[in-house]
Amino acid sequence: MRTGVSAFRKMKATFSIRRGGREGGEMVDYKTEVTEGMVVLDAVHQIQAESAPDLACRWNCKAGKCGSCSAEINGKPKLMCMTRMDTIDTSQPVTIEPMRAFPPIKDLISDVSWNFDVKKRIKKFKPRPPDAEDGTWRMQQEDIDRVQEFRKCIECFLCQDVCHVLRDHNKHAEFIGPRFLVYAAALAMHPLATENRTEELKDAFGIGYCNITKCCTKVCPEHITITDNAIIPLKERVVDEHYDPLTRLVKLFRRK
Amino acid sequence: MTEYSTFEHDVLVIGAGGAGLRAAIEASAAGVKVGLICKSLLGKAHTVMAEGGMAAALANVDDRDNWKVHFSDTMRGGQYVNNWRMAELHAKEAPDRVRELEAWGAVFDRTKDGKILQRNFGGHRYPRLAHVGDRTGLELIRTLQDHGVHQGIDVHMEVTVISLLKDGERIVGCFAYEREHGRFRVFKAKAVVLATGGVGRAYKITSNSWEGTGDGHALAYHAGAELIDMEFIQFHPTGMVWPPSVRGLLVTEGVRGEGGILKNSEGRRFMFDDIPDNYKEQTADTPEEGWRYVIGDRDARRPPELLTRDHVARCIVREVKAGRGSPHGGVYLDIAWIKEKLPNSAEHIKKKLPSMYHQFMQLANLDITTTPMEIGPTTHYVMGGVRVDADTQASTLPGLYAAGECASGINGANRLGGNSLSDLIVFGKRAGEYAVQFAKENAHGSIDDVQIEQEAKRALEPFERDGGENPFVIQHDLQDMMQRLVGIVRVEDEMKEALDELKKLNERATKSSVTGNVDFNPGWHTALDLRNLLTVSESITRSAIERRESRGGQFRDDYPNKDPEFAKFNIAVKEVNGEMQITHVPLPEMPAELKQVIEEMG
Repeated sequence: MRTGVSAFRKMKATFSIRRGGREGGEMVDYKTEVTEGMVVLDAVHQIQAESAPDLACRWNCKAGKCGSCSAEINGKPKLMCMTRMDTIDTSQPVTIEPMRAFPPIKDLISDVSWNFDVKKRIKKFKPRPPDAEDGTWRMQQEDIDRVQEFRKCIECFLCQDVCHVLRDHNKHAEFIGPRFLVYAAALAMHPLATENRTEELKDAFGIGYCNITKCCTKVCPEHITITDNAIIPLKERVVDEHYDPLTRLVKLFRRK
Repeated sequence: MTEYSTFEHDVLVIGAGGAGLRAAIEASAAGVKVGLICKSLLGKAHTVMAEGGMAAALANVDDRDNWKVHFSDTMRGGQYVNNWRMAELHAKEAPDRVRELEAWGAVFDRTKDGKILQRNFGGHRYPRLAHVGDRTGLELIRTLQDHGVHQGIDVHMEVTVISLLKDGERIVGCFAYEREHGRFRVFKAKAVVLATGGVGRAYKITSNSWEGTGDGHALAYHAGAELIDMEFIQFHPTGMVWPPSVRGLLVTEGVRGEGGILKNSEGRRFMFDDIPDNYKEQTADTPEEGWRYVIGDRDARRPPELLTRDHVARCIVREVKAGRGSPHGGVYLDIAWIKEKLPNSAEHIKKKLPSMYHQFMQLANLDITTTPMEIGPTTHYVMGGVRVDADTQASTLPGLYAAGECASGINGANRLGGNSLSDLIVFGKRAGEYAVQFAKENAHGSIDDVQIEQEAKRALEPFERDGGENPFVIQHDLQDMMQRLVGIVRVEDEMKEALDELKKLNERATKSSVTGNVDFNPGWHTALDLRNLLTVSESITRSAIERRESRGGQFRDDYPNKDPEFAKFNIAVKEVNGEMQITHVPLPEMPAELKQVIEEMG
């Protein structure tokens, strides 16, 4: 032991992991050793290597950058790769379950394909004509800071998982969820953008369902201020464009 | 008879990182039917982990930059065994490919006059990397993904390719399985593009995700294509070393680009002690000059921390071996020191390197704005790959194309940081374009049922064997062995031992067994990956034995110097009668005008 930090005691912890397919499923206990600096995903990998090679979990980067290993750890939506074991009470079994706002596929894997379908429904980015003769644009850093915040999103879908409109009320057909409101906000606030999506936000995307409980903001591993910076400004746009009498009047004339 | 479902595409792209997505976008824009196979979910490929930026001579920050400087930097970094034509195309086309991303919605950091900002990086003479903080890869993949989903590309997520299908010599599709239900799929295609990325999982300490198992390399090899330059593995100098669970995780070169310095346990900035002759002219003499370079002084030369990755990695290994390492076997990377120079340094670091800040805060309880990081080399990138034609990205087999990390040529013996992301978009586009051309000129080939039966049988064998080894254990042992015997410092004896070990591991792999059923079974998947990992490991080892010199990513302790004889060819491997055969492929002669460019650039 060369540093004080290394004096970490090895110990076994119990992990209670959801096993099973699309139907049913049960919690199965596994014991494995917990060592210094370990994250929950390490424990799952250790369990795979030691006793359950067919235990299904998604992961890629193991660095909080790809958003694949989303799960519910002791009931809290988190990335397994960024959840350190020393932040968890191991005197009790640690439960690991798949995200519950989506149908389970197997073990820790849920069917997130709905999210990919939603994105296709959102009109794609269309820039204004280039600013310079060489076909490029000019943007000031302060004008893109907000959009860059939204574009940090790693599509882990934890915000979707925790959103009660999806999780408890199953409004997947009427509401696109916080992830795609952030996506729509990034498009709306992009300095070069030309398309307007407020009509869809109001109707097909169901922005009205969000009642600003901010659960999504709390679970975002990228610390995107989802509710305050993305959803509320979009709600304001919808109100301005659809319920403001003056705007409505202008719209009426434009249509003619 | 094996049961499978069949899908038909004009162009099939295997791999959905930057290169695969770019190829698919190009192909679908040409109006053909395109299929895109991802091993994981769309948008999760290893490209998301690229941090520092993409190199393109936009000349937004320093107007002295142009394609010629970029070209000669790339050739110099690759120690002149690069395919000069690829390096030329890359340097010329990268700016357009980057600007195109902006038209598709990418939001790069800006200069004061509103253009795309560029940062310093190792081996690049001028600030050249277009970037978004330290999450440039995410920006790239998301931009391509969001653009691509509206193009009518058929995306097959969580599908793994088991083998390429052939009609004579021509590639006519692939045999694969979808992970959710473990069902087989046959993809018929007029042309196939491989864009499967790297091989990092052949090593224990790596920055690569689980997907980096050399699938494209092995698929092409077993189909009879040639691989070149497999001995050139890039060990990135700065991976995390502590705590153990994150060992190998990448620490972006952007830290050094923003002024980070390397120090040993004695506090000495050891990179000043060893500057290669061919970089002396371009490297700062004093720390003070190095800092002036970082803050944009056009007359200053770059600090030695921004020498090429192969050299920096070796210097770190030397410090550690000499007993001047950090407590956990690395050295110190210090960005906190810039507080001596900048009043608001903590905020500056968080703004320029946000994900590094969070990565160390969350995973190592360390604040990089106040404390030096412990870092050491990590297996990061393979310069070697499928041998391709520079202009078309066509492999040596008709109907098969390759782009990105799984293709070879542009990087030579060592890749410059930032050249990978631009490689993906430049050659991804070209691969897509020429695959379309091939698909338009050729009808579908015929699928050989015998081949399908054989592949299906082989794929399912691990289920039929009882009591065999857990494939995870074999994979672990392979990684351990490659790290130990074919790592940063190589000698012939150890590599010959590695070949023996590979033989034993191969036998163990053919006897491994998996439990459970075919539904989303990581054990089964690992058993299938093993064949790819073993193939690439053997190709790395054999090529490294053959190259009896040190150059770029290959360092031989028994041949520590460069040998001009080895600058005349690339080492190629090819499967002949089930054996790996080594040949020398002469490097094409560089045209006089490019030679002159290199001379002019000094």
